[in-house]
Amino acid sequence: MEALTLLAWIFDGLLGVGLLWLAWQALTSPDLFRAIVLFIAFGLLMALAWVRLEAPDVALAEAAIGAGLTGALLLAAFAKLCSITASEDAKTADGERIYIRLTHYWIPAVTVLLVAVGLGYVVLSLPPYVTGLSVEVAANLKSSGVSNPVTAVLLNFRGYDTLLEMVVLLLALLGVWSLGGSALRREAAPGLVLDTLARVLVPLLLLVAAYLLWVGAHAPGGAFQAGAVLGAAGVLLLLAGWRPHVGLMAWPLRLMLVAGPAAFVVMAAVLYMIEGRLLEFPPAQAGMLILILETAATVSIGVTLAALFLGGNPQNYKDQR
Amino acid sequence: MTLIDFLSAALLIAGAIFFLAGTLGLLRFPDVYTRLHALTKADNVGLGLMVVGLAVQAESWAVAGKLLLIWALVLLAGAGVAHLVAGGALQRRIRVWKR
Repeated sequence: MEALTLLAWIFDGLLGVGLLWLAWQALTSPDLFRAIVLFIAFGLLMALAWVRLEAPDVALAEAAIGAGLTGALLLAAFAKLCSITASEDAKTADGERIYIRLTHYWIPAVTVLLVAVGLGYVVLSLPPYVTGLSVEVAANLKSSGVSNPVTAVLLNFRGYDTLLEMVVLLLALLGVWSLGGSALRREAAPGLVLDTLARVLVPLLLLVAAYLLWVGAHAPGGAFQAGAVLGAAGVLLLLAGWRPHVGLMAWPLRLMLVAGPAAFVVMAAVLYMIEGRLLEFPPAQAGMLILILETAATVSIGVTLAALFLGGNPQNYKDQR
Repeated sequence: MTLIDFLSAALLIAGAIFFLAGTLGLLRFPDVYTRLHALTKADNVGLGLMVVGLAVQAESWAVAGKLLLIWALVLLAGAGVAHLVAGGALQRRIRVWKR
């Protein structure tokens, strides 16, 4: 066993050093494309680090959202950026350069340094051994309606956290839409390989998303992971040249986008009227209510992520078909 | 160590050698096409050997099946993505390396 522990130490050490190195390289790389690829590699190693910390829920979310979908979003943004920067590469005045230096390097650097010092102080001042809230979660797990403690916390004990996260995602999409612009261009025909790949993988991705949603009640999984897989299916379809029908882009799309937050809000309001408290599920029905919430949230997260990848404003979709 | 353990160790080591060779090729080969060649061989064969090496240790057929499914998915994705990268490179008129 001694050799195995040593091996685990070496592995963890390499992982930690690799993460720091990748983060530094991604931040300092002058080539944006290279920085994005490094960021994706960073996300994958980060997922591995979460596995080593025995947090499979976070590892799944990090691999699917942090590395996969964020990577796809960054690459899509990079493709759009390439067509902009060429025309705006004008020379800047000296005063402006100092201003840019200040706002682009020094202010962020000082802010990050302050946050790092603050976080370091907080981490160092923690008592070495704490159980946190895990004892209380375990004690109340029976009344939560699910047997996976992570899902119990996310959907029941601190349901409003998840509600607010869904709203943040929706706000991000509204931000992208308010920037205007047109959706991702359809380039050359996708070709036989990409087309076949999409046809084989998309049904499989839908199956995996449904499985992750269902299994979240008693094992690692849940709405965010399932939504990310659903979003990945959408990204694959969009890459393969599929575009939703114009009729779908009006109210059906918006309905799916708000299904998750709306389900949360409606449930909170109904529960407030019956029980007198926001989002406090009666233990007997908690399991079913959580499943309903998670299903709505999965659809919303998946559609939001795919819509983020498509980008642009839906009003402009019609013109460029 | 039983016979299964030896078999498993041999397969895992063979897989690791393929990964090492593939990584070396990815870093050292001269152009995108030859690098793809190195990468996909390593991924397909190396991962296949690793999966078989782990599958013989699996406690149930379900676990072995899941491992094989992972391999099949990586084969599919690897082949598809390699084709797309090579196609993109050709489209951008990146020349094939010649000695």
